[in-house]
Amino acid sequence: MAVAISNYVGLSAVMFFIGVAGVLLRRNPLVMLMSIELMFNSANLLFIAFARAWVANAGQIFAFLIITVAAAEAAIGLAIVVATFRDEKNVDVDQVRLLKG
Amino acid sequence: MTLFWVLAAILIASAIWTITANKAVYSVVALLLNFAALAVTYLTLSAEFMAVIQIIVYSGAILMLFVFVIALLSSGVAPLSVGPNRLPKAVAPAIFIVLVAFGFLAYAVLGATAVVAPAAGANLGTVGTAGVFGSVADFGKALFTVHLLPFEITALILMVAVIGVVLLAGDQAPYVATRRHAERVEREMREAILREGR
Repeated sequence: MAVAISNYVGLSAVMFFIGVAGVLLRRNPLVMLMSIELMFNSANLLFIAFARAWVANAGQIFAFLIITVAAAEAAIGLAIVVATFRDEKNVDVDQVRLLKG
Repeated sequence: MTLFWVLAAILIASAIWTITANKAVYSVVALLLNFAALAVTYLTLSAEFMAVIQIIVYSGAILMLFVFVIALLSSGVAPLSVGPNRLPKAVAPAIFIVLVAFGFLAYAVLGATAVVAPAAGANLGTVGTAGVFGSVADFGKALFTVHLLPFEITALILMVAVIGVVLLAGDQAPYVATRRHAERVEREMREAILREGR
């Protein structure tokens, strides 16, 4: 392996924080969900990089399970967005504040 | 090595494009680029099955779901206004969080003595050849023997997700078999029979 593992750690961290910035700064719930997908993928990249470094299968299996959970999460999140849009005609996260009380 | 830096540049650029694009569809396109580059990265890490899954599940299923929801929400009224910029209010805590996080990261990366010892009997070969680490056979064998229970639990999670999505975004008034509903149906049928018999 020509690339040191710390390079993958750094790349994964940068992608993760770009995702964090997306969740914190954007108000479009779809873009927020996509930022969450970015964070999932940075974690996956790290799992697979370490799986390659240790030549162990478990990292790849875990990344596979993460992808499945991410699919479930995206489906549920988008369903919530659709349901909110149906009720409110508006999915702006600053203006949907029913749960704030 | 060159490939890694090219892929890293593409990954970071497309990630930034994802969160800065004005329209959600452009975010999806940027995320598609990100996932494709990530799949190539997985190939360089000899995870060929994960690369394929990345393309099929992420690009093929999840992103298409995003596109469909964007198309659904964009019809009719324009639901997403640009709105006030959040950056000025968030910039101080964001800088703090990023500094702390990268401090931890630098501490971890610089302090780590990168001892990477492959397990005994590890079979590392060219990506795409059969019977080596990360090949589909290798992955499938591990998934269905050692890691069978997590795999089964994944099926349960997916079923819960399907039921939840149908409950959240399905029909407005789904048929729910409550006792009251059943009694009402029974009463109506009995009355109808009595009417007919008269």
